[in-house]
Amino acid sequence: MAQLTCSNLTLGYEGHVVLSGLNFSVSAGDYLCIVGENGSGKSTLVKTMLGLMKPLGGRVTLGDGLRENEIGYLPQQTAVQKDFPATVREVVLSGCQGRAGMRPFYNRQEKALARESMEKMDITALAGRCYRELSGGQQQRVLLARALCATRRLLLLDEPVSGLDPMVTQEMYALIRQLNREGITVIMISHDIAAAARFASHILHVGNTVFFGTREEYLRSDIAARFLVPEGGDRP
Amino acid sequence: MIESLGLYFSFPLVRYALIVGVLIALCSSLLGVTLVLRRFSFIGDGLSHVAFGAMAIAGVLHLTDDMLFVLPFTVLAAILLLRTGQNTKIKGDAAVAMISVGALAVGYLLLNLFSASANLSGDVCSTLFGSMSILTLTRTEVWLCAALSVVVLVIFILFYNRIFAVTFDEDFARAAGTRAEAYNLLIAVVIAVIIVLAMNLVGSLLISALIIFPAMSAMRVFRSFRGVTVCSAVLSVVCAVLGILISVIVGTPVGSTIVAIDIAAFLVCCAVSGIKGGIRK
Repeated sequence: MAQLTCSNLTLGYEGHVVLSGLNFSVSAGDYLCIVGENGSGKSTLVKTMLGLMKPLGGRVTLGDGLRENEIGYLPQQTAVQKDFPATVREVVLSGCQGRAGMRPFYNRQEKALARESMEKMDITALAGRCYRELSGGQQQRVLLARALCATRRLLLLDEPVSGLDPMVTQEMYALIRQLNREGITVIMISHDIAAAARFASHILHVGNTVFFGTREEYLRSDIAARFLVPEGGDRP
Repeated sequence: MIESLGLYFSFPLVRYALIVGVLIALCSSLLGVTLVLRRFSFIGDGLSHVAFGAMAIAGVLHLTDDMLFVLPFTVLAAILLLRTGQNTKIKGDAAVAMISVGALAVGYLLLNLFSASANLSGDVCSTLFGSMSILTLTRTEVWLCAALSVVVLVIFILFYNRIFAVTFDEDFARAAGTRAEAYNLLIAVVIAVIIVLAMNLVGSLLISALIIFPAMSAMRVFRSFRGVTVCSAVLSVVCAVLGILISVIVGTPVGSTIVAIDIAAFLVCCAVSGIKGGIRK
């Protein structure tokens, strides 16, 4: 049974349609990459899947017992966070907010969960460091640890490698793949189509033409032929 | 000097001023951290001008207890300002500038047209700069102020984790099921309450200083959210106490003395962070 299904979705701002007729679903253990050019409506789609925005038409349904606040979200960094005084521990722990609900303080279990997530992301040594003083790759690991506090089932990553250098980018992809192998469903927004074609199990291509299918189907499609430089081509 | 302080403290008015001053300084500094981090500092400034306008209207209407009018009026303005920030027809900062300057102008105009007071410019000056009004607080005002401060403090402690989550990353918090709009509203209402309280202490023009300076100073020195919050509160209270004592002894206006000390504390914190950074290199 699908964890998240989008049926006949129409997206846009204030009546201006960006994307329409979108149909796809994600099942437990899938690794879905959503690719498309800038301005093709990827961010709008993310916000709609998270329930932060209402679709203009169609609907997003959660299934398989997944609750709305059980999606671990890795947003793009905001300007506010660039000089925010907070330790890594404080940021990771804030991922437990959804679990704590109306309880004002975090309990022992939630603190243990935060520790565990930090270990998983290999940032335990950074726990007392200030978030704004970390490198871009370390900051992404912190935000990923925070997302892991919010979920054990579905991660939604919005451009997780943007602004990272090539080596850190590969580390980040490996980390995400590792999480996926451990059974966490991954939905990743990316404009790196080559990487998507390497790691994903399913691909959703949005833009003028919409494609949804498995990685193999995508690689055989016309749309991939246009966007992917063939093997042995002039890509470095 | 200690003797003369002792003499001053035998007057209940001075004791009241000190109590109220400490409470207001504490509350304003707590919320200041959130406001500064979310780039909302100007909302504090705008609201203080709205409070001045409300005060003028209350004066014209000859209301006996102007707090009961000024408080709801300012809270309403806070909610409206927050709404305009989200709805982008009028850009947030322009809306704040319009409302704040408009309230200031209309307030002064109303006072000029309708006020029966013999010393109009004195009244306006003390509303804007606080002058000595903190020394003329009545017992009821002190109690009201103390009660509201305690409410603000309790709200802040109970919602500390959620305020952090919403401040650091609003989208993530909303995705995790935190009702960010509700907390934004709560923050706006609390800010409005603090501003109305602080008008007694430093006057409407200087309130922003009380909100912004302690937070900025603490952010120079500390690196964790908790550290910044605690440091900002302690710094603000110390500065307020020092400012009130100095103004009582030397006879300077209370509000501007406190703000001057806040500025000095900010410079000290800048120096400390500079030295720390130098050592680390």
